[in-house]
Amino acid sequence: MSGDWPLWEVFVRAKGGLSHRHVGSVHAPDAELALRHARDTYTRRMEGVSLWVVPSAEIVASDPDEAGELFEPAESKIYRHPTFYDIPDEVKHI
Amino acid sequence: MASVAPVDAPDSARVGYLLRLGDDALVLGQRLSEWCGHAPVLEVDLSLANLALDLIGEANLLLGTAGDADRLAFHRDVLEFHNCLLVEQPNGDFAQTIARQLLYSTWQHMQLQRLTGSSDKFLAEFSAKAVKEIAYHRELASEWTVRLGDGTEESARRMAEGLDWCWRFVPELFEVDETLQAAIESGIAADPREFEEQYRLAIAAVLAEGQLETPAEQRPILGGRRGHHSEHLGHLLAVMQFLPRTYPDATW
Repeated sequence: MSGDWPLWEVFVRAKGGLSHRHVGSVHAPDAELALRHARDTYTRRMEGVSLWVVPSAEIVASDPDEAGELFEPAESKIYRHPTFYDIPDEVKHI
Repeated sequence: MASVAPVDAPDSARVGYLLRLGDDALVLGQRLSEWCGHAPVLEVDLSLANLALDLIGEANLLLGTAGDADRLAFHRDVLEFHNCLLVEQPNGDFAQTIARQLLYSTWQHMQLQRLTGSSDKFLAEFSAKAVKEIAYHRELASEWTVRLGDGTEESARRMAEGLDWCWRFVPELFEVDETLQAAIESGIAADPREFEEQYRLAIAAVLAEGQLETPAEQRPILGGRRGHHSEHLGHLLAVMQFLPRTYPDATW
């Protein structure tokens, strides 16, 4: 039966100031119930303060066959990592 | 076995009222938990289990204030339960479960809104917390009612049949007997008659949105508050109580 329902991707904001993170997906007949299902499935243990649901069919994904040209060029550019700096202890979530 | 409800205690109106609220929550929580592993889809399984857990948590607080929660839950017999008849009705199909949930949660929500102003400190604080949980139950039941009513021919038929099954138990929710009257007069209880019209309008609005007819009036069935229950409650209690009764020293 749930196979008749579209799939929705679920994003949870753990607390104010943090970005929404993808946590999984739910089946639901429409957007409103997708939010309800997301709430009941992914925020039962106080995981979040805000929820997004997005129709999975609306996600545009990169082509795995293009992984080489998309991602490999970054591998040799370690100077792009901020590892040459000391991050103050007070700065969270980096 | 001896009754564990201290009905002769000086604050018997308070205890009697707590038992009604607590037994409603316990019995409906147990009913909903019967769906666990059987709901139409995984997501609905979790939704119903969440409602059940909210209600069992509420029952624990209410019965724990009326007396010993475990003793009250597991060591009373049918005649000593004070829940309304609506909550003990069998789950039926998903539509009947939703009909029962809509009719009960809407009533419970309106009652809790008023109980936040109870003169009883525990009840006022309890209600302030529980009203948020039950607002969610009411919204979820309303949304499913609309979707099933305004869904397929089969879902609309099942929703109408579920409502028809449950409708005769609604008048009991607004019955005021001596125990409730005493609790109302002492300022601790909400008077359901004050929100009956609001309740009927709210239910009618949800049904209209779901293209559903308000069921025809039926002969009301009363008596749950006085311990006169349907046969369904005995079966529910047998499942719920057998373990602590068979193994009184069991711990987990």
